[in-house]
Amino acid sequence: MQRNILEYLEQTVQRVPDKTAFYDENGALTFRQLFDAARAIGSRLIRQGAKRQPVAVFMEKSPRTVAAFLGVLYSGCYYVPLDGEMPRYRIEKILEKLHPAACICDETTDSLARQISGLGTLYAYGEIASGPIDQTALNIVRAKQIDTDPAYIVFTSGSTGVPKGVVGCHRAVIDYVENLCDVMKFDENTVFGNQTPLYFDACLKEIIPTLKYGASTCLISRKLFLQPVKLVEYLNQRRINTLCWVVSALTFISSFGTFEKVTPQYLRTIAFASEVFPIRQLKLWRTALPNTRFINLYGPTETTGICCYYEVDREFGEEEALPVGRPFPNTEIILLDENNRVSKPGEKGEICIRGTRLTHGYFADPDRTAAVFVQNPLNPHYPELIYRTGDIGRYNDRGELVFITRKDHQIKHMGHRIELGEIEAAANACPGVGGCCCVYDEEKQRITLYYTGKAEDLRQQLKDRLPRYMLPQKLTRLDALPLTPNGKIDRNALKYR
Amino acid sequence: MEKLLAILREINPDVNFETEEVLIDGGILDSFDIVTLVAEIDDNFGVQIPAEALTAENFNSARALYDLIRRLEDA
Repeated sequence: MQRNILEYLEQTVQRVPDKTAFYDENGALTFRQLFDAARAIGSRLIRQGAKRQPVAVFMEKSPRTVAAFLGVLYSGCYYVPLDGEMPRYRIEKILEKLHPAACICDETTDSLARQISGLGTLYAYGEIASGPIDQTALNIVRAKQIDTDPAYIVFTSGSTGVPKGVVGCHRAVIDYVENLCDVMKFDENTVFGNQTPLYFDACLKEIIPTLKYGASTCLISRKLFLQPVKLVEYLNQRRINTLCWVVSALTFISSFGTFEKVTPQYLRTIAFASEVFPIRQLKLWRTALPNTRFINLYGPTETTGICCYYEVDREFGEEEALPVGRPFPNTEIILLDENNRVSKPGEKGEICIRGTRLTHGYFADPDRTAAVFVQNPLNPHYPELIYRTGDIGRYNDRGELVFITRKDHQIKHMGHRIELGEIEAAANACPGVGGCCCVYDEEKQRITLYYTGKAEDLRQQLKDRLPRYMLPQKLTRLDALPLTPNGKIDRNALKYR
Repeated sequence: MEKLLAILREINPDVNFETEEVLIDGGILDSFDIVTLVAEIDDNFGVQIPAEALTAENFNSARALYDLIRRLEDA
């Protein structure tokens, strides 16, 4: 039985050592190069004495970043992607609890990494990846590993202002990838065009199946996503046939009439996640590509990425919402009402997830973990955790799961999951801010922060604390924040101002 | 040109659009900024920017964008 993600790579490298695994405009790594670099990194970390600890990978997106992730796994540790786009304040917040054994950086992050304390032993990728391979040491570490050992931690927005580190393990990733691959029908001829950043779990959809099948992943340059005709031409040049993108990246192409100029030629599967696909845009895609499969994916980071899917199999009216469909095999969805009972047919309830897919919860954060990873209320007899997503859904007449709304103030903005509370916490921490409230206009996709007080250069202060995608588009100063009769800030009054 | 600069400042008040020359290549504008910008240009100049004109060369600076609008107005 497979116990470790790396077994995918080890089998594939025997079969197609010289095939390109990952590439971007600056370089490429074959499976053999990936295998060697990862084992060199693993050997060095073992020599340092790192053991079942987090190791930060602080690198710009590139094929080498993937090698660094895998290298960390070879040492029996688990990788924690950090990104140059994250402001220093946020990295420091993450490090307060994380205490990584080491950090692998590259030329673009090296100087920043040196200024930040708490990253552990610093390694330059170029050096650590070309060092000696100690296969005996690697074998000893592997023999002791079990499949519930962590593989990675990715950080997601937290409403108190402290990001939450979701701990994913080998077994859950294997369960995820095996089922995902069956549904998506990936194979060795799959050429992925990666869009999502490597510091989220979304990229597992491309990285792990690439290792499993000996497929290829092209890491597409970010600036191409602002140039729709060039982007489609690039997909054609590279013969990319599979996309797993956020919705906004796909609608950006379709909304400018790109298909009147150029049509993607090789796309056979387009999966999309993290937001609702507007039906009008979906129609443009399906008209341009009548033979392509379109698959809606749904699932939170806490259950190792995607857990439900719906393959578009019919026409939808513009006012209809695309279902999120049904769970992958080996995963169960339970809809629970306010009284922790199963919702009646057709009625809404909180989407709860049961299965091997559950991650281990939030790193060094037992309280926030216990709040959402809870005993299955339908089973009083033995310990069994389910994950409460905070998403409200219901089943439609066809028995397909449909997402309705959030229970709290979490939003999806340009594919990113954001807690409005994290933005508010950052603003409240800025000197001069009296009080604040953040609202999201879904239609215009704008985050607005309303605040009171006199803050000097609030925008710059927020920039130092928040990742770019969390920055409010609009900052509005008010003399006072509107209150509800109960004395809470009246979010709705602000939202519909 | 002033009208265009006002639109750009509304989209992102942090950028000096009079001098910045890598709005796309430098990752300063994101896809949502572009969507907003194209809609605003349509509203304010009556110019529809076609997909093939959405390129780094045309959007890297306010000046390049202004030249594009002028060309499209004349066309």
